[in-house]
Amino acid sequence: MLILPELNIFLFSILFLFISISNKKENILTYAKAISALVFFASLLSVTESGELFSGAYRIDLFSQIFKMLILLGFCLVTFMFENKNEIEDEYLPEYFMFLGFSALGLMMMTSSVELISIVISLEVSSYSLYVILPLRKSQTKIQIEASMKYLFFGAVSTGIMIFGMSYLYGIAHSTFLKDIIPVLPGFLNQPIGVMALIFTLTGFFFKLSLFPMHFWSPDIYEGASNTTTTFIGTIPKLAGAALLIRITMLAFPGSPQFINILIVLAAFSMTLGNLVGLVQKDIKRLLAYSGIAHAGYLMMGVLALSKEGNAAVFYYIAIYMFMNLACFYVVILLSKTGENVTIDDLAGLSKRSPLLALLLAVSAFSLAGIPPTGGFTGKLFLFMSAFKAGHLPIVLIGAVNTVISIFFYLNLVRMSYSKDVPLAEPLKLSFHEKVLCYLFIFLILYMGILPFGLFEIFKASI
Amino acid sequence: MGCERLKAMEQLIMMNPLDFPILSTTIFLPLLGALLILLMKNEKAMKVTGFITGLITFAVSLFLYFNFRTDTYNFQFGEHMQWIPTFNINYTLGIDGITIFLILLTTLLAPICILCSWTSIKERFKEFLFCILVMETAMIGVFCSLDLILFYIFWEAMLIPMYLLIAVWGGPRKDYASIKFFIYTLFGSVFLLVAIIALYLNNGTFSVLSASYKDYSMTFQTWVFLAFAIAFAIKVPMFPFHTWLPAAHTEAPTAGSVFLASVLLKMGTYGFLRFCLPIAPKASIYFAPLMITLSVIGIIYGGFVCLSQTDMKKLIAYSSVAHMGFVTLGIFSFTLFGLEGAMLQMLNHGITTGALFLCVGIIYERTHSREIYDNAGLGKIMPIYIGFFGFFSLSAFAFPGTNNFVGEIYVLIGTFLQHKLAGFLAVVGAVLAAAYMLRLLKQIIWGRVDKRVIADMNVREIIYLLPLALFVLWMGIFPRPFVAVIEKSLSFLMTQMRTYN
Repeated sequence: MLILPELNIFLFSILFLFISISNKKENILTYAKAISALVFFASLLSVTESGELFSGAYRIDLFSQIFKMLILLGFCLVTFMFENKNEIEDEYLPEYFMFLGFSALGLMMMTSSVELISIVISLEVSSYSLYVILPLRKSQTKIQIEASMKYLFFGAVSTGIMIFGMSYLYGIAHSTFLKDIIPVLPGFLNQPIGVMALIFTLTGFFFKLSLFPMHFWSPDIYEGASNTTTTFIGTIPKLAGAALLIRITMLAFPGSPQFINILIVLAAFSMTLGNLVGLVQKDIKRLLAYSGIAHAGYLMMGVLALSKEGNAAVFYYIAIYMFMNLACFYVVILLSKTGENVTIDDLAGLSKRSPLLALLLAVSAFSLAGIPPTGGFTGKLFLFMSAFKAGHLPIVLIGAVNTVISIFFYLNLVRMSYSKDVPLAEPLKLSFHEKVLCYLFIFLILYMGILPFGLFEIFKASI
Repeated sequence: MGCERLKAMEQLIMMNPLDFPILSTTIFLPLLGALLILLMKNEKAMKVTGFITGLITFAVSLFLYFNFRTDTYNFQFGEHMQWIPTFNINYTLGIDGITIFLILLTTLLAPICILCSWTSIKERFKEFLFCILVMETAMIGVFCSLDLILFYIFWEAMLIPMYLLIAVWGGPRKDYASIKFFIYTLFGSVFLLVAIIALYLNNGTFSVLSASYKDYSMTFQTWVFLAFAIAFAIKVPMFPFHTWLPAAHTEAPTAGSVFLASVLLKMGTYGFLRFCLPIAPKASIYFAPLMITLSVIGIIYGGFVCLSQTDMKKLIAYSSVAHMGFVTLGIFSFTLFGLEGAMLQMLNHGITTGALFLCVGIIYERTHSREIYDNAGLGKIMPIYIGFFGFFSLSAFAFPGTNNFVGEIYVLIGTFLQHKLAGFLAVVGAVLAAAYMLRLLKQIIWGRVDKRVIADMNVREIIYLLPLALFVLWMGIFPRPFVAVIEKSLSFLMTQMRTYN
């Protein structure tokens, strides 16, 4: 029962491995949808499990279990969002789901790892799977090759830096276990070696989160990869990245001014850069990439508070971010006719073509921008409050100004779909399951905005 | 600063005597109607449902009014529930003399807005009604909230339907106007949010009452006041922040303009009364000369700009800048007269400007032009219309016997008591108002005679203008009932400000 979620997703991948080497390759999509749902619901049984494995290197607690459930839910939603018409050649579908599953497995392992080497291994498990599926795209052009190369190189570099930082951590504590590092590290945080060790180690997760300065990959990969792959890469790894960020920065309690200052600078650059460059984007996926960079910056506000509330706020925000980001990508997936990228101009007249889709886009865009009563606002409020409480007024002000800047392009999405009229707009018919998914996203975003206390308490308790 | 005082402040909320969440009902009734409408297919049924929802909400708010106790300054019909306990965010509601009429104004205008859009909105009526009703919910929520976060959520949530109203059903430059409106107001709001968080860290709670009437340091007050004031001044809008208003007003559909002018702008001045004055009294007094200067500039500038307008809607939009200048002038005179006048002017502006926008909407529906010269010479063709229009115009420039006269007199007396020069300049502004309104009236009634055949107002249109006209008269001739209700709360505000200054 301890590793039920991991086991489930592992079996999922193995199943698709067997399908890929067999000759039966019909109805893959239906299988994938049904089984991923099964995997999610079966794994729910183990939410309350706790224990340790591999002589304490792998810890199962409420924190990791909730993150695993979120990752699985995200994985399941991505599978459900997959559209038959587009993107991946049919013959590669089994492999596609196999690697997607392995990647999710790696991410889930990350959330449970409390030892440096297992962190590296699980991070690589998830990354390597993604390296494989990134170039898979039906309309073969050059951009997805470039994208996958970039992802590979940047991934490798950030892993290298991370391992470099970890070697310092090991040098400080003479142990790879986080529980041994915790008591020693704060004493070193006033020295360059401690700060460097921690920052370098975090770089690997900055990469996953696409936080400045490890953000370079994201716009190109978002643009180059197929829509579904982007949906996965742009959303799910960030959960694991945030989880590890929370786990590792907890080491730094109570923190040193140097360390916090570095985080503040990174957060400020990340949001400002993401939002300013986001203003000029035409491709929606690219826009979402820059929005992701900006959101990584917001997220850091909770991290640098170095408090329990701050971490709970990060937890809450990454959860709501998953839903609103997936919702935005869903609009892209449904709008794209043959799997090509969607530009902002393609949104024109959306509210006439499909009111539900336009509503979904509006709700998720307002949520990304942080307008009440959506979850994006509540999450941002928690982040702002925890940073403010820790005495970081400047970063809160920068965040507030950034919120205003970001409104321009989020609102632009809504504006195109509502106030631009196109004469020949053919209606967009949504199937039943697509409608259900749209309503589910709208419900989740509003629910997390209006009634946050239950979830927030659970998240806080888990940390 | 003892804890006892804070406790006493919390007791200011008188719990509901009826054992029934009457304020929540008022807030969420329109939302309920909006959700009902979403399920409907038949347009006629939607219209009727929307209108009836509006009427029921108005009836409920009338019930509030008739059960309102005028002998106390306490908050009434209170409701209190935990919401996000981790951060001590609560669902606290309550109304006092400052808010009761603003709620009535909102609930009165909602059915009128639906009625006035009956035929003028040609497409997507379902979404239109949904936006109107959701906005009503948010606006009532703003006036009832006694928790800062709750207030902020309603305050911001209202932006979305308003944005959509302009962006979807607006005029030719709707794109520009809607985005400008959204970004301007949001810009102010984020500072509001920062101020709210700062107050929370100082108090450990988001309760409006705990935040008010505390002795903060002058530096803290200054920052909080400025952050609040940016948000509210943009909403009002005060002079340098007013540029979003003409565009938004002109491009919005009639119902949108009415809501915008009548209720949304009041949220700004309400914010000054509810937050700036009690929370940062010292800073309010420190910044009062600045605020008064801006108000006076707004009054005179608005008047001059109005004189040169050829678009009826734009003229009324700019006149709002001038009228709202009177309100802020009254608030920052810090006299009981001034505050009462400001309160009355908030109502009056809501009624009169709302009615004038409705009148423009009526004529626009017929001639599809808002240009004064295209609509000249209506005196013979549309006598009933001109009757109403003339009447509301008189009210707009504060003709004695109409509501604005009473309000302006109160404001002017209050201002003269404190600042002679500001009072004198405001009188100049009042004269300007007469000039531009009469110029408009003259053109509309006697301008170039036209052979066109335009139908006069129909029964539906008379029905929705009549209550507003009656109010104008009632308030103009017998204002005592209104003053009686708001007096206690405002004089309490004055005493508190003196105590903490």
